[in-house]
Amino acid sequence: MYPNPRVVEFIEDHFIPVRFHIKQHPTMWHRFGIRWTPTILVLSPDGKEQYRIEGYLPVDEFLGQLHLALGFCAVSRKDWKAAEEQFQATVDDFPQTDAAPEGLYWAGVARYSASHDGAELRKLGQQFKTRYQNSSWAKRASIWE
Amino acid sequence: MPETMTVQWQHDADAALDEARRSNRPVLIDFTAAPT
Repeated sequence: MYPNPRVVEFIEDHFIPVRFHIKQHPTMWHRFGIRWTPTILVLSPDGKEQYRIEGYLPVDEFLGQLHLALGFCAVSRKDWKAAEEQFQATVDDFPQTDAAPEGLYWAGVARYSASHDGAELRKLGQQFKTRYQNSSWAKRASIWE
Repeated sequence: MPETMTVQWQHDADAALDEARRSNRPVLIDFTAAPT
């Protein structure tokens, strides 16, 4: 993933990047409860884990997951607008990835969290009737159809 | 962007978190077993 210029640019633009090799930094593996490689952790600036990716992903899948990670970082600071933008980016920019239906779900949740308007959840349920119908996220949203 | 560019990885989690708090950016940690 990392020689890919899109991945390098995205990481450098949005994160403080840290790398630990199992042989050189074994204590870090225990500190963060790592059980497989590669594992990517995204921590908010307060040090709390916001997202974890275990195993290799192709470039678009990986970038979609990083948008989800940024969305959850925004959720952790209750910045619903920024969260919605990051979640929606998975749908708009990486619509064929596994991150997209998850992003669609959380974008709707972010809109609801900002407005407390139940219509947002009903709208989300309706969206899943036309997109990503077979995803697990459609099942989660089915309660709002 | 040249294909050869790589991420400028740090190797100190606590220093990275200090920088994250100062810059209000999240930390991405890559745990790897790839040959170095």
